[in-house]
Amino acid sequence: MIKENKKQLMTGSKILIESLLKEGVDTIFGYPGGAVLNIYDELFNYRDKLNHILVRHEQGAAHAADGYARATGKVGVVLVTSGPGATNTITGIATAYMDSVPMVIITGQVPTSLIGNDAFQEADTVGITRPCTKHNYLVRDVEDLARVVKEAFYIASTGRPGPVLIDIPKDISSNVAEFDYPESIEMRSYNPTYFGHHVQILKVVDELLKAEKPMFYIGGGVISSNAANELKEIAEMLDMPIVSTLMGLGAFPSEHALFFGMLGMHGTYAANTGISNADFIVAIGSRFDDRVTGKVDEFARKAKFAHIDIDPSSIGKNVKIDIPVVGDVKSVLNSMLEILSLKSKEIESTQYKRMKWLEELNMYKYEHPLSYKMTDIIKPQYVVEKIYELTDGEAIIATEVGQNQMWAAQFYKFKNPRSLLTSGGLGTMGYGFPAAIGAQVAYPDRTVFDIAGDGSIQMNIQELATAVQYNLPVKIAIINNNFLGMIRQWQELFYEKRYSFSKLNINPDFVKLAESYGAVGLRANKPEQVEDVLKTALSIRKPVIMDFVVAQEEGVYPIVAPGYPITGMLLV
Amino acid sequence: MMEKNHILSILVENESGVLARVAGLFSARGFNIDGISVAGTLEKNESKMIISTYGDEQILEQITKQLNRLINIIKVQELTDDESVMRQTVLVKVNADDSNKNEIFRIREIFEARIVDVSRNAYVLEFSGSAKKMEAFIELIRPIGIKDIVKTGTIAITRSKK
Repeated sequence: MIKENKKQLMTGSKILIESLLKEGVDTIFGYPGGAVLNIYDELFNYRDKLNHILVRHEQGAAHAADGYARATGKVGVVLVTSGPGATNTITGIATAYMDSVPMVIITGQVPTSLIGNDAFQEADTVGITRPCTKHNYLVRDVEDLARVVKEAFYIASTGRPGPVLIDIPKDISSNVAEFDYPESIEMRSYNPTYFGHHVQILKVVDELLKAEKPMFYIGGGVISSNAANELKEIAEMLDMPIVSTLMGLGAFPSEHALFFGMLGMHGTYAANTGISNADFIVAIGSRFDDRVTGKVDEFARKAKFAHIDIDPSSIGKNVKIDIPVVGDVKSVLNSMLEILSLKSKEIESTQYKRMKWLEELNMYKYEHPLSYKMTDIIKPQYVVEKIYELTDGEAIIATEVGQNQMWAAQFYKFKNPRSLLTSGGLGTMGYGFPAAIGAQVAYPDRTVFDIAGDGSIQMNIQELATAVQYNLPVKIAIINNNFLGMIRQWQELFYEKRYSFSKLNINPDFVKLAESYGAVGLRANKPEQVEDVLKTALSIRKPVIMDFVVAQEEGVYPIVAPGYPITGMLLV
Repeated sequence: MMEKNHILSILVENESGVLARVAGLFSARGFNIDGISVAGTLEKNESKMIISTYGDEQILEQITKQLNRLINIIKVQELTDDESVMRQTVLVKVNADDSNKNEIFRIREIFEARIVDVSRNAYVLEFSGSAKKMEAFIELIRPIGIKDIVKTGTIAITRSKK
């Protein structure tokens, strides 16, 4: 007998799925179509190992995988067909790219023999997605498939995370090859820097101890690198005040005495005034976005800057940095902790300075806290506050984009990292609901909310069918003002109240809409009904839409006019 | 900050789409490409791109960092005038009749250009030199009557350490 050394021959479809299993994937979000039928046929054999969530629109699949990834820290996986299947995911991919979310998107492609022929459902998917992926692949040989999957997961989840797309022509998914999954991977042209330069880190620590008014300005990178504990330890050790970007919320407990809120366009008075008076700012996993800095030439002019980021291109892009530290936030903070552990005397000597500085910041906090006026019409902020109270800050909160997003950011006091799912960079309306679905798939027993507007919820409302089909009890709180609220607010403030096409004259009856999908619909018209509606919704193990009919012309405050310095806040 | 020309030498993995990635990055982020030249190296999986671009130090730093983010890019290096040899090559087809042939020969001699194609009333000249010499060469050729001209972008290589 001839000894059989050969490994088993498998089709590309089987190789793909086996590779996903090797990467620890247990859930994928997808939608079948012609070019992925081979893969779907093989998927049928793996029903007990791979949970496939059938969405109702490919954009929903991308956002759901994104929400799953943000909530868990794992790579979110999407499977869609060629052409329109792929193009429908673009918004979701771009959303994930802007917010550095690890995802692998698998798209079908027409057979290699037809590529470039304008074949049915053909699109140049790698060409279209090149600018909005961290990397992408067109697999031209089934022999390459396993390696490509390995690389894709490696690239998506390491360094500054991001979406990676794999385009698989139909003949590749039926061709056969030996399955040999690479154990490890080495890429000559891709080596993220994890450990910060020791001398630079020493400089940061020195400057922190010398400074009169130092501050941490944290962003989503703290969450991506799972560094919330290190951050808390260091902040408490040094009595360091913290302000956060939208993406950083949850990385540090919002109710902590050292936390002064979100900064930027809708930042708190304390955060914006505080950072403007700081003399040393350490940006940690944040990127000086224009919504954060306002007029960038006037941003925190009294301060020296240090910047800790794994992506060198983020450092010095918008603001000149005095002490750059390229490295993983968690690893750099750990190095700082190590250095600081030998400096207890020096730390002690900063206590008085720190006390004075915190006093100043607390004064700002008490002068102008976030506030709103109760009336006999429901205020959006009140709804968010009630959600916070009833969930004890422990819920996963997805948001759409606009006023609903800013109110959620301001009035929900996040306790834990990975509990806010929001499209910060791209600002994608329609993101929140499918993202909430993704998070609920990952955590069936946690409370997951989508705080939505009546405009944005309609951008992916079709996913209600997905939520009902998989019995995902997502709670959708629609802040219904019959307007595109943020547009209306800008038109009010900056365009002389010319409400050009921002009024939604016709909305569906959201209660009946929910019911027609087999979900539950509830409505609150008066402030005193808000709590009851929320309690009822929380008691039901089904998807629930809550229609909160709110004050139509409520605005998000503070607000900084675009292009102005962040000290120039309109407070009410 | 002072804006000036910069020459970048970019070593890339020879994979399909890598030129599109680099070109796309420049256009998406609003950087300029004044010239580009791409060809294989001695390694079969590598290519080298030489890109001439324009901007101040901060823009150059961003270009370099953004290029390094691309997965297929192995190394990005700025080549400076002092430390490298830079050349452009031109093929120029000029009118050639009895009245100007002598002038063409004279210019060819001064610049050490070559005549690589001859027909009854046109010559094709080949010249290779620094950007400055290239400019001077073309200026002198121009009055003779240029029928067609093709120029490469700059290519460059570092000088050996002395």
